[in-house]
Amino acid sequence: MNILVLLIPISLSLGGLGVAAFIWTLKSRQYDDPDGHAARILNDEEP
Amino acid sequence: MTAACPACAAVPAAVNPSPAPTASVQLSVPSMRCAACIAAIEDHLAGLPSVRAARVNLSGKRVQIETDRPAEEMVQALTAIGYEAFPFDTAVMADQTDPAGRDLLMRLGVAGFAMMNVMLLSVAVWSGAEGATRHLFHLISATIALPTVLYSAQPFFRSARSALSARRLNMDVPISLAIVLAGGMSLFEVLSGGEHAYFDAALSLTFFLLIGRYLDHRTRAAARSAAKDLAALEVHTAERKTPQGYATTRIDDLKPGDTVLVPTGVRVPVDGCLLSAEADSDRSLLTGESDPVHHMKGAELNAGEINLGAPFELITNAVGPDTRLRQIAGMVEAAETARNRYTSLADRAARIYAPAVHLLGLATFIGWMVATQDVRLALNIAISVLIITCPCALGLAVPAVSTAAISKLYSLGFLVKSGTALERLAEVNTIIFDKTGTLTAPGFAFDLKDFRPRELQIAKALSQVSAHPVSKALCLYLTAVEPAELEAVRETKSQGVSGKVDGISVALGRPAWLGQESDGLGLQIGSNYRALSYHETLRPGVRQMTDWLGNLGHRLEIISGDTAQKTAHVAAAAGIAEFQAQMTPEGKSAHIAQRAAQGQSVCMMGDGLNDTVALAGAHASIAPGTALDAARNAADVLVIGKTLKNVPKLFGIATNTVRLSRQNFAIALGYNAVAIPVAVMGYATPLAAALAMSISSITVILNAVRVGRAA
Repeated sequence: MNILVLLIPISLSLGGLGVAAFIWTLKSRQYDDPDGHAARILNDEEP
Repeated sequence: MTAACPACAAVPAAVNPSPAPTASVQLSVPSMRCAACIAAIEDHLAGLPSVRAARVNLSGKRVQIETDRPAEEMVQALTAIGYEAFPFDTAVMADQTDPAGRDLLMRLGVAGFAMMNVMLLSVAVWSGAEGATRHLFHLISATIALPTVLYSAQPFFRSARSALSARRLNMDVPISLAIVLAGGMSLFEVLSGGEHAYFDAALSLTFFLLIGRYLDHRTRAAARSAAKDLAALEVHTAERKTPQGYATTRIDDLKPGDTVLVPTGVRVPVDGCLLSAEADSDRSLLTGESDPVHHMKGAELNAGEINLGAPFELITNAVGPDTRLRQIAGMVEAAETARNRYTSLADRAARIYAPAVHLLGLATFIGWMVATQDVRLALNIAISVLIITCPCALGLAVPAVSTAAISKLYSLGFLVKSGTALERLAEVNTIIFDKTGTLTAPGFAFDLKDFRPRELQIAKALSQVSAHPVSKALCLYLTAVEPAELEAVRETKSQGVSGKVDGISVALGRPAWLGQESDGLGLQIGSNYRALSYHETLRPGVRQMTDWLGNLGHRLEIISGDTAQKTAHVAAAAGIAEFQAQMTPEGKSAHIAQRAAQGQSVCMMGDGLNDTVALAGAHASIAPGTALDAARNAADVLVIGKTLKNVPKLFGIATNTVRLSRQNFAIALGYNAVAIPVAVMGYATPLAAALAMSISSITVILNAVRVGRAA
């Protein structure tokens, strides 16, 4: 059961990473223009 | 955040200080729809020396430009590459970041990730972890779940509290109760070394219900911002005369006695007295009459008329609450309170569901107390009943369907402004149309079938001379005709035009002026007189719409403020048998009230001020996007674009929405019918609750997606 000492912190920190990434996407306004982002991948020269 | 609004752009530099260096311009570009449009617009704008940056928002069909130049210049730049653009009135658009939506999304995301982690630990417990390991897992789950629930479920707690303090029950009351009890009971069980913990249930409840809440919010926000877009397109300013020339002023800042200039093609901003010698205006938005009205100096003009002729000046008589526009708005408010009594499907379900669930929980508790005298066991089973019956799928049932329906309708050119609008549209069996501007398009068509080419050439030559609206319409109608050579032209103001062609005197004008009696215009060539009758043109798709709606069994009517003859003509062309002419605004709303009293559910479709009270009073209402502000505000649904051929689809999708919402309720109740007996008997486990909840929620969402397909 000692493996739990390792696995639980790993799973928790992965979850925490997920939340942090989500909050970052939200704060950097990546949900403001879903249609536009979907279309922009078709353009060649995007910065 | 922005300084260069379209209004400021027109102000002389002396009045307006030059814009701040961080100035930006917002334009609406309705015609953009693909990746190529984004690239074309951004590249073109970024290539202009005066533009620092340009960013397109395709979802909102707008472009934000960092520039010091006025909005008009940007509009011209886009027009040059074939995109029609409109400047936004930035004051109206100020708040568009939607903080409430981001807040919900944040709570949703946090709940989602917490749910995943807790579910991971729960799976270990379900698959047989025991003793100290299970206890550890439960404790970790508790430390994740409890703070998350306290943060993420706040929207439900708030709504439940406000409902309870008003002594009402809404769907959020059983939801909050289930979440709180699931968390509290699980914490108690864990601390006292118990076997079952519902932390994952508390979190997945919060997560799924937040999805429903977010969808609901998005639907409302999209409708609100679309309506705001339309309001922002109309610049709420007027050209006020000052000693230094004309200054652009907000309409709200005008005072009685101010002199205002009304350019060609622009709506009169205030009620006032005409200062210029004469003017032609289109009052169809106010009264429904389709013919242009001629005014002489001193005539009273009302806010909302459109100037068809040369620019004119008027003295402001009434502003703000004194205008006819505002008086009508007061009547609209009264009519709308009647409609607000409509209870939505979801609220009706909540009214039955919430008390039923609470009674069931109480009955379970009392039953187990009587049977076992064990408070803890009885409480545990009663709480698991409340968790299992928590209206997870019910909370998603309506928002999931209406969100799908509204986004489908948006792609068909409809803006649905209120959530219950679709439910009310589905009940409609009588549709009443306004005539002018709703069924008809601007401009006139002329009966020229038996005219000889030479006569048409002369008519064209004469029509080119005059600025009279009907004459201009005739000139436009004869685009393909080569005008005859005209000499000795003379225009008699507001009567007609005369001249000579090859030595023969010719004239075009009012029949009375030519000494004849007929409708429309008259064309005189030598001694030969021809009556040139004209009529209104229908919007595209009207006939398709009426045929389709007629086949569906709807009763169709026209009520118009125009003359009986003109109304009859349009009614015949549109294929509508019943019509009423010369209706006042009050008459229209009385007519609708009368139909409602006969037990019919009326949908009103209209665009003018004279329709506004009727729009607000009808069971459901539709307005074209070209309608007057007040009419657009009163309507449930706006039709964007010229054609009306998709209107039957609106009713089809509305019917589908209600059908699928009911289906979703049935699915949710079916799941409860199975789960409740199991829970009441005391066999419910956290695993069963998690499975049932997820499966029912996902079924309901998948079912909702069908709404767009069936139409």
